[in-house]
Amino acid sequence: MDRIKAAWRIGRLLPALLITALASGAAWADREWNLPPPVTPIAHEIFELHAIIFWICVVIFFVVFGAMGYSIYAHRKSKGHVAEQFHENTTVEIIWTVIPFIILVLMAWPATKTVLAMKDASAADLTVKITGSQWKWNYDYLNDGFGYFSELATPYAQIENREKKNEHYLLEVDRPLVVPVNKKIRLLITSSDVIHAWYLPAAGVQQDAIPGFVRDDWMKFDKTGIYRGQCAKICGKEHGFMPIVVEVKSEQDYAAWVGDQKKQLASAAGDVNKTWDIKELTARGEKVYTANCVACHQANGKGLPPAFPPLDGSKVATGPKLAHISTVLNGVTRDGKPTAMIAWKGTLSDVDIASVVTYERNSWGNHTGEAIQPAEVTSAKAAAK
Amino acid sequence: MSSIPHDHAAGHEHAHEHHPGGIMRWIMTTNHKDIGTLYLWFSFIMFVAGGSMAMLIRAELFQPGLQLVEPEFFNQLNTVHGLVMIFGAIMPAAVGFANWQVPMMIGAPDMAFGRLNNWSFWLLPFAGLLLLGSFLSPGGAPSAGWTLYPPLSVQTGMGMDMTIFAVHIMGASSIMGSINIITTILNMRAPGMTLMKMPLFVWTWLITAYLLIAVMPVLAGSVTMLLTDRHFGTSFFNAAGGGDPVLFQHVFWFFGHPEVYIMILPAFGIVSTVIPAFARKPLFGYASMVYATASIAILSFLVWAHHMFTVGMPAAGQLFFMYATMLIAVPTGVKVFNWLATMWKGSMTFETPMLFAIGFIFLFTMGGFTGLVLAIVPVDISLHDTYYVVAHFHYVLVAGSLFAFFAGIYYWLPKWTGRMYDETLGKWHFWLSFIFFNITFFPMHFLGLAGMPRRVPDYATQFTDWNVVASIGAFGFGLSQFLLLVAVLKTIRSGAPAPARPWDGADTLEWTLPSPAPYHTFETPPVVK
Repeated sequence: MDRIKAAWRIGRLLPALLITALASGAAWADREWNLPPPVTPIAHEIFELHAIIFWICVVIFFVVFGAMGYSIYAHRKSKGHVAEQFHENTTVEIIWTVIPFIILVLMAWPATKTVLAMKDASAADLTVKITGSQWKWNYDYLNDGFGYFSELATPYAQIENREKKNEHYLLEVDRPLVVPVNKKIRLLITSSDVIHAWYLPAAGVQQDAIPGFVRDDWMKFDKTGIYRGQCAKICGKEHGFMPIVVEVKSEQDYAAWVGDQKKQLASAAGDVNKTWDIKELTARGEKVYTANCVACHQANGKGLPPAFPPLDGSKVATGPKLAHISTVLNGVTRDGKPTAMIAWKGTLSDVDIASVVTYERNSWGNHTGEAIQPAEVTSAKAAAK
Repeated sequence: MSSIPHDHAAGHEHAHEHHPGGIMRWIMTTNHKDIGTLYLWFSFIMFVAGGSMAMLIRAELFQPGLQLVEPEFFNQLNTVHGLVMIFGAIMPAAVGFANWQVPMMIGAPDMAFGRLNNWSFWLLPFAGLLLLGSFLSPGGAPSAGWTLYPPLSVQTGMGMDMTIFAVHIMGASSIMGSINIITTILNMRAPGMTLMKMPLFVWTWLITAYLLIAVMPVLAGSVTMLLTDRHFGTSFFNAAGGGDPVLFQHVFWFFGHPEVYIMILPAFGIVSTVIPAFARKPLFGYASMVYATASIAILSFLVWAHHMFTVGMPAAGQLFFMYATMLIAVPTGVKVFNWLATMWKGSMTFETPMLFAIGFIFLFTMGGFTGLVLAIVPVDISLHDTYYVVAHFHYVLVAGSLFAFFAGIYYWLPKWTGRMYDETLGKWHFWLSFIFFNITFFPMHFLGLAGMPRRVPDYATQFTDWNVVASIGAFGFGLSQFLLLVAVLKTIRSGAPAPARPWDGADTLEWTLPSPAPYHTFETPPVVK
């Protein structure tokens, strides 16, 4: 069973890790103690609310446990203290019911103001629709008509400890969400499969992405920079590998970036009508595979049976090509319910699907020698309708 | 509180101690003491099972990167750790205490329904087997977190169905146990013991039992809807069929929040029994303790959505649940102040039960503070589903419920076994647990503040140092718990004989009985004046 790699490895690993941990003692100085430095007005309010409540709790802590500490010291039998037998005092009991109540009202007042401010997503300058799916984010710029997926950029070799970890290990993506500074950005958040949560601590934003429902939220950054977060709601096996990176640009830089995106949009789809040769297709297909398929079917095509079947030598990847194309386009359903193999027709372009199918049919032990043309994918799509 | 006549003869009661020997004694028993023992050993076994999973989780999180387990299996460990600890360890332990103590503390001969009591217990091992057996099913154990949120929980394999049935069975067991406890308390108290003369432990269990009867059917309903969504084409939680995934969360937490108090109220009861005994002074504010417990129980039905502040509910909803949640701090504060006032000007000694009770007050209050921080909606938005929440609920559940149960075990062990535990061993158990608990869970506050989400098998390198500390603490805490086993076994085998009343300040009815308590007690009810 490869679920638990043999227990004896723990014994071998721990001493080694302990030494590593002690050696990294120098890093103690820049350890995290508090909420990240806030970069939006809401995050500032949250930071201050937390500070106020923290200090109130600290004061109560010292009052209550100061009294308890004194009592433990002074009222002990070993010091010869004789127990008094009082067991009621209405005045005291009323006081310690009323005072906490007043403290709570004082805490609730500023919190209420922040809640109302957080809920006001009106008069936004820009709207971005965020869709969570297992296990990546999709950002749609509704005002500008383009969008893209944003996925973990950390290589598997680092996760599996075969390579040294990057500075932003697990908190780096191929394409961040890019937004302008000092503009109110309205977020429309939803999901295409299970519940995710879009969580960016420095901006004070966390909103569940719920399939079938759209929720809104907003943020307005005070300063440019790159801010990082993660999916916060458990969403399956790659839940820990679904980072969020937001790049806040100046207004001019943002406008230039939007212009670039629109240009790229036109050229990126790939030419559907061109006839591609097998080398071009497998090269492009390998990239598509690494970005979308490798988590389940693995880089070596062996999958993780029984949950995720192998492609190397599989009936689908070596049998009739139309069935293979259709599997990638439409996904696999079992008993009328979708499985982990989702439909990719909404996510990948026809060129990408042709490429990845070609790659899968000509990699590992598969040698069909077939080059699938984008046009075949287009016609398979049309036939399904 | 009450003065008890010592005139009934204990000796002749041994004559009635006829029961089958060997394993049949335990399978067929209707005796509340036997069943209490079964509950407590069952919960210890589940505690070890759930604890082993926690050790594996902490071993994986010792360093960034994946070392020991695959992410999917990690999620299964997380999920089953939570379910086993809540339904297998904490709740049965509380029922074990109720079985042993409620009849003896109210002067009743046994629980009201002996056979029902037997059945309540013997359902549990089967539920436990289903839950743990799900690891061996195709697709493994459920992996959606103990909260089982759909649609993720609809994706999982048959391990999820086994868990749903396990939850049904455990729910049935809890409801039957509660009916038994309520009937016993309301009908079988010794003459003269009015409700307001009952020991506080009995009061907290009476209220807990009502909470259980109110919410276990709600949990059963929510997991049944999950089951029909999974297999029978319904769409309660599927937006594509007109349902709503958030509905599950509302129904689940309508059970889930009272459940939190189901786990903590009996602990309050134990602490309220132990503190006066070792302060040699009556419990301060008995009546206000009863009212505070009842208020907490009622408020627990009005705060469920504070577990869901990030689902996108309207401002009015967030504000209502924030205010209601903050309000719970008032009766909870009253309890802490009452315990403190009980200690004040007492004549305290610090045997193991007292140490665990004081440890409970200290750490439970810390969990209360972080609960207050999390009640503030905007702050919760920044901390929801992070390690801050993990720290918070372990402070109230481990250092809260579990420490109180440890206090109860050391406190009543002389009565149950007729022998004294080894004080040195008990103190080692306390201090190691207390220190390692804090090493494990205190750093998690910092991890949460820095934005580390819970339920992740791997993390960014900036979180490494605190995770190393937490893991070292967890291994220490886990190993320390074997001291409890050693202490209990040593007591049973070779403890010094215990007097009928080993604690100076203990004044409840069980201490009028000889130690060990005879198999049948209070066949003639004592009279409470």
